[in-house]
Amino acid sequence: MNRERLQKIKVSDLTNVDGWECISAGTANAPISAAYTSDLLSDVMANAPEDSVLITLQAHLNTVAVAALADVRAIIICHARPIPDDMIAAAQREGILLLRTKANQFDTTVKCYRLLTGDYN
Amino acid sequence: MKALPVNPDQSPLVVLDLLFKLKIKDVMTAEVITVKRTDSLRKVQHLMRDNRISGVPVSENGRLFGIISIDDIIRALDAGHIGDPVERHMSVNVVVLEEDMPLSFGISYFDKFKFGRFPVLNHNNQLVGILSSRDVSTTLLLELLKEYRKIEAQLPHHAPQPSGKVSQRFRVNRYDFENAGKASQAIKKTLIQRDVPPALVRRAAVAAYEMEINQVVHSTGGNLSYEIDDNKIDLLAIDDGPGIANVEEALGEGYTTANEWIKSLGFGAGMGLTNIRRVADEFTIRSTLGSGTRVHTVVWLKKP
Repeated sequence: MNRERLQKIKVSDLTNVDGWECISAGTANAPISAAYTSDLLSDVMANAPEDSVLITLQAHLNTVAVAALADVRAIIICHARPIPDDMIAAAQREGILLLRTKANQFDTTVKCYRLLTGDYN
Repeated sequence: MKALPVNPDQSPLVVLDLLFKLKIKDVMTAEVITVKRTDSLRKVQHLMRDNRISGVPVSENGRLFGIISIDDIIRALDAGHIGDPVERHMSVNVVVLEEDMPLSFGISYFDKFKFGRFPVLNHNNQLVGILSSRDVSTTLLLELLKEYRKIEAQLPHHAPQPSGKVSQRFRVNRYDFENAGKASQAIKKTLIQRDVPPALVRRAAVAAYEMEINQVVHSTGGNLSYEIDDNKIDLLAIDDGPGIANVEEALGEGYTTANEWIKSLGFGAGMGLTNIRRVADEFTIRSTLGSGTRVHTVVWLKKP
């Protein structure tokens, strides 16, 4: 992603996107400046940028734990995977936005790119 | 409404563990109040009132003949046959439990049959107790309290101080994905409180988390501790086993012994030790097959 072209968006800008169901509200004013797509938590831990949105299939408690440690502000669960209650509770506790979509990781990543760059072409 | 707010398939691990560990005989009331077939319904009514119970098995010399519930008594009062012997009005198709069944089985009975209590038989078909939903709730609460005390006893006794030297130790349990990350979170919070620069906080958090997850996934359990002073963050993970056969091989990126279940949770890609080495200023690992592994990581706050 070309960082120069990034717009300044906030967690609250992710809550009203078509096809994204809000499961748990995060910290509305926290900045989002990057996105990271991965289903491997060690990879997220090692490489996800801070103030980012994580696009993943991993719908469980540990995803929130990793996100909190890596300063990931929002998690988007793809393929409408079921989200366990303890994951929702953890996201609330950590103030991390939790979204769910029917779309796959690629399409969701593209959507995030557009939101972050304002480039819809 | 369900008879018991416990789901034997979808409860926290600690509850599921208890439901399988506890047998019906550990939970039931062993001193059962019973009546004989020739006793009157009036006698049962008095027994229920005096002992505050809502069901009485009909039994002689340990053999179970039937059960009288409070509904039978209400019906008898209504119809005017409260003086009749119990054998004329008792339920004879009694659903029973066996004393060696796991408690989870008993709980499923409360949902399956809408009875408030089940007589319990031993393997000789002798009546040895009775299980009510109240017995289940009381025992579960007491057992959870015991578990809670066990966990509480492992917590450190002092709160971290904002400056100077602080240390804390955490217990990490095998396959406890529910609590994985808690120790690393606590370490991260302490560092933030001490105004450690965010980049260093992140490096320490990555190391601590990978060390913690390694213990959850690969060890039979262990301890993760930290010590912070003005110069460095010290992380030490010591587990109880089983140890690593070939440490050199384990340090290679992508090397993993994790099973499919662990991989489905997003772990076990063989990146853990590599990640720790990448973020640490000092890293040592010692392992003996059969006894355990010791990982020591240092992140410098000031260059020595």
